[in-house]
Amino acid sequence: MSVQQKKTEQEHVRLPYFGLNRLFPFLKPYRHILLLMMGLGLVGSLVDIALPLFQRYAIDHYIVGGVTDTLATFILLYVSTLIVQVFANFFAFFHATHVEMKIGYDLKKATFNHLQTLSFSYFNQNSVGYIHSRVMSDTSRIGELVSWVMMDSIWHTSYIIGAIAVMLSINWKLALLVLTVVPLATLLIALCRKHLSNLNHRIRELNSKISGDYNEGITGAKTIKTLVVEKTMIREFDEDTGVMKRTTVKASHFRGMLFSSVSFFSMLALALVLWRGGLITMEQAMELGTLSAFMSYAQGLTEPLLWLIESINSLINTQVNIERITRLLQTESDVSDTSEVIDAYGDAFSPHRENWESLYGDIEFDDVTFRYPDGEETVLEHFSLKIPRGTQVAIVGETGAGKSTLVNLVCRFYEPTVGRILIDGRDARERSQLWLHSHIGYVLQTPHLFSGTVRENLRYGKPNATDEEIWEALRLVSADAVVNRMDNGLDSEVGEGGDLLSTGEKQLLSFARAIIADPRLLVLDEATSSVDTLTEQIIQNAISEVTKGRTSFIIAHRLSTVREADVIIVVRDGKIVEQGKHAELMAQKGYYYTLYTRQFERDTVNAIL
Amino acid sequence: MQGSKRFFLISIFTSLLITFVDTAVPQIVRYTVDTVLGNEPSELPSIVNDLIARIGGTPYLRGHLWVLAIAVGCLALLSGVSRYLQRVFSTTASETLVRRMRHLLFSHIQYLPFSWHMQNRTGDIIQRCTSDVETVKNFLSEQLISIFRIVLQITVSLSMMYAMNVSLAIAATVTLPVILLYSLFFGGRIRRRFKECDEAEGVLSAIAQENLTGVRVVRAFGREAYERDRFDAQNTEYTNRWLRLSRLMAAFWGVGDFIAGIQVMLILTLGVLQCAKGTMTAGDFIAFMSYNTMLSWPIRRLGRMISELSKAGISVDRLHYILSSPIEQDRPDAVDADLRGDIVFDDVSFGYTDDAPLLSHISFTAKSGQTIGILGGTGSGKSTLMHLLNRLYPLPEDGSGGRITIGGVDIADMKAEQLRRGVGMVLQEPYLFSRSIADNIAIASEGITEEDIREAARIACLDDTVNEFVDGYDTFVGERGVTLSGGQKQRAAIARMLTQKTPIMVFDDSLSAVDAETDARIRAALNEHLGDSTVFLISHRTATLMHADLILVLENGCIAESGTHEQLMTRTDGIYRRIYELQLAGALEEEVTV
Repeated sequence: MSVQQKKTEQEHVRLPYFGLNRLFPFLKPYRHILLLMMGLGLVGSLVDIALPLFQRYAIDHYIVGGVTDTLATFILLYVSTLIVQVFANFFAFFHATHVEMKIGYDLKKATFNHLQTLSFSYFNQNSVGYIHSRVMSDTSRIGELVSWVMMDSIWHTSYIIGAIAVMLSINWKLALLVLTVVPLATLLIALCRKHLSNLNHRIRELNSKISGDYNEGITGAKTIKTLVVEKTMIREFDEDTGVMKRTTVKASHFRGMLFSSVSFFSMLALALVLWRGGLITMEQAMELGTLSAFMSYAQGLTEPLLWLIESINSLINTQVNIERITRLLQTESDVSDTSEVIDAYGDAFSPHRENWESLYGDIEFDDVTFRYPDGEETVLEHFSLKIPRGTQVAIVGETGAGKSTLVNLVCRFYEPTVGRILIDGRDARERSQLWLHSHIGYVLQTPHLFSGTVRENLRYGKPNATDEEIWEALRLVSADAVVNRMDNGLDSEVGEGGDLLSTGEKQLLSFARAIIADPRLLVLDEATSSVDTLTEQIIQNAISEVTKGRTSFIIAHRLSTVREADVIIVVRDGKIVEQGKHAELMAQKGYYYTLYTRQFERDTVNAIL
Repeated sequence: MQGSKRFFLISIFTSLLITFVDTAVPQIVRYTVDTVLGNEPSELPSIVNDLIARIGGTPYLRGHLWVLAIAVGCLALLSGVSRYLQRVFSTTASETLVRRMRHLLFSHIQYLPFSWHMQNRTGDIIQRCTSDVETVKNFLSEQLISIFRIVLQITVSLSMMYAMNVSLAIAATVTLPVILLYSLFFGGRIRRRFKECDEAEGVLSAIAQENLTGVRVVRAFGREAYERDRFDAQNTEYTNRWLRLSRLMAAFWGVGDFIAGIQVMLILTLGVLQCAKGTMTAGDFIAFMSYNTMLSWPIRRLGRMISELSKAGISVDRLHYILSSPIEQDRPDAVDADLRGDIVFDDVSFGYTDDAPLLSHISFTAKSGQTIGILGGTGSGKSTLMHLLNRLYPLPEDGSGGRITIGGVDIADMKAEQLRRGVGMVLQEPYLFSRSIADNIAIASEGITEEDIREAARIACLDDTVNEFVDGYDTFVGERGVTLSGGQKQRAAIARMLTQKTPIMVFDDSLSAVDAETDARIRAALNEHLGDSTVFLISHRTATLMHADLILVLENGCIAESGTHEQLMTRTDGIYRRIYELQLAGALEEEVTV
């Protein structure tokens, strides 16, 4: 089996300041809460440092000394300290989650909204899955980093520093002895952590591989059964789970070492205190309570060390998420409105509809040269074409020949490399994208519905459409029968991506959806390829109805559907090779003629299958 | 379970070791403080006292304090090693089990009947197989051992405490049920909120997914603002749910800290009073405090873990649902399938549900080597008819749905595997696997050569296309084959079927996404390679069907008309004739104008 050539994701990225400086704009609204959090973390760790001192006092004064006169004050002080800690922890936790979620929210919102403005070349270059995990998981990871990692590192650092300071002040010789375990522990923990990070990364990859296997085994069930390849699928799945098991067990060695080293070094520190501290106490140079407190600090040193290293580790790992998010947010659209246009017409989110002119549908390609931003070949060269309002333009050619190019340009999904496109006599760039798009009706080759009810989907182009308008449109494309068949009529759910409907049904509904908005420009992208013959005939009639008075573009590979078109554009290998009316093109006996006669032959003679 | 039992046992043994070390260390500390540094009599077990006496007694230790340090050091090593081993063995045990579980699930799913796949949503099943397995795995690898260890630790700590000082131990114990109950209470609520958050995240994720896949629609309809609002509303909902959860969690930790602190204070005060009275030694006090810290944390964790237990239980139930669904099985006396004979549909009726028949009383005979054309509208049951033929959908056992025979043998009596191997099928929306084009074409045929693959691709008119790819036949087809166009996928599926060289071939509208020219080329090439196979051809186009030996016109699940093209054309008002004339009309018109 060949190795999958996926889009390789950089896992190890090094950014200056761990990339945190790039997050400043997102942190700014929360700077006060962040400061408060850090303060609370500091308080929390201070209390933790203070608690053994209480114990020390109790042992030295009450137990060894035998005097209990200050006990009431002691208890009061102790309880107050506890209450301070409880509140510090409560608010620190609450604020940390608050900041985590809010930054996640802000980042999700920013990336999602930014995606709404990016041009199609971005979506062609990046897979849906890739973009989706930028919006969903990178944002969450960054939120987590900012709140928890920051909070934890403050907490643990201050605890370690505090504990060391107290130990040094009690007995610096003993403290220095105990501190010898710190570099050893750090080294071992960091080493395990590094290996563990690599293995965890591998485990994540394997996990998505196994999910992918399940996905294939389930969505491909029909094909697997038909081909009788169950055994092959199971064998390959078992190979993947075998690798998963081995990798996880390997990781457990390092994880085990990580946690056992914490317990080992903390006990080792205790042993050291017991030995040297014991001697010092015997020489009466140290009180018993002090020894006990010292033991607490020595034992408590390694665990914060572990968590501190964990924090640094996630700081390093999150750089890649920061890098990806900021790159996405910095990506600029190839197609954008000028600031003058936005001032007059508004942007995608706050349109100034009151300034919008009507669109009549006169379209002109004026000496257009075009190359796809990610492509190498020029697909249009000095192309000029006048399309008066109400014209029906058909675009024909083989699958993958680039029939969508003209439509992409008219819809301003892409902009001409050189030259201009005039709409109603004015350069398309003089008006906003949303203005143009609000006048377009679009039926796609692969119909795409959104989860929700039939009504919600049909209203997509016109949110305030009445049920009468909806039914009228449904009748026009003979989709009323489809809706009548459903249990809840217009209120029926269509499922995710319209999954609950057949392709033909989706096609009919997306046709109705386009009509309801009463668009001036209509784009039909191989719209009739997956409905049965009778329905196709009805749709044909509907097409000639709805294209009356509208400028329309029909992309089709069934040549029978385009005979009536005012102009037929023939595309081959991405370029326009012929254009004209059906009769003219047939008379030319060129490529169109070949295509047409092939189909004619297929329809009448050659279809022996 | 078999292979992992040993690992679980070792894991439990190491847990015992860890608890022993954790208990022994405070005792050494106590002994050092009280007996070595102070002058109290030793309260260690007599065996240990004997041992100390043998090396020279307390006075010796006073002079050689490092011996005690070494003892702690040894225990530290023991603790470290057993913690390490425990982790490794419990992981090995749970991974062995989980791998077995994954295998059972996957292979069970592979053999579940197709109707089961139709009834269950893919996303739901995948979620069961991934996150529910993950939950069970966490339970096995983390919680199971942890719970055991926590219970052990609590028992040992408590008994040590009771052995040392009963009244103080009672004071320490009274708060424990409170901590446990409150952890249980919070644990349950936190889990419910967690579930809500998960669900909200699922909805948010789906909205983003749909927006991205439907980007063309969003833009062409100029609905960016609507999408933004839709996403924002759910984003807010999701964030708010999390904030509600975090308030609960913060309260949980806060109150937990407080109760634990109060408990420590209680013992501290009582301990101090007892020490002052002389009923307790300083060493006892320090050791007691150590045991007490071993108590309160585990109890809090225990509470949450017990509430998590139900989560694992739910996951096991959800997995059991899959594993308990009955798989496809041949009849015990199933015979080898010989598919060379005539195919007879004898009064076949079928519906996914009992009340809505999709096909009713279908009877026809396809003679061996014939081509059968099937014409029908969307949802007329033509694909289902073919799925009955390869038993993707079995007919009712009692014979109420009629029967299908090949060469006189009921297909219900054949081995399903052989039957399906003999029926090659190209589906309307073909599914390609995430692997190279060559592997996709070769997947169903063992020992196939590279030349065979190319030959099949040539017949399906895929060879030229593939050669244009940089990696040629090694080009990887992404998940669900997204890198290929619809027409290319159909051609790959045709090539895949051709390598099987099956006696029965089904083309289920399988050239719908291919352009006219390629379509014609494929048909011509195919025609030469069909051999004596029996062919079923499903299409919307009469021109494709007209040369079939038998044409069936399906309408609302019944055969409305059947016969050869010529026979059907004699019916003045027949459906077939009407459709044929509609389809032909355009073409003939052109003949006149040109």
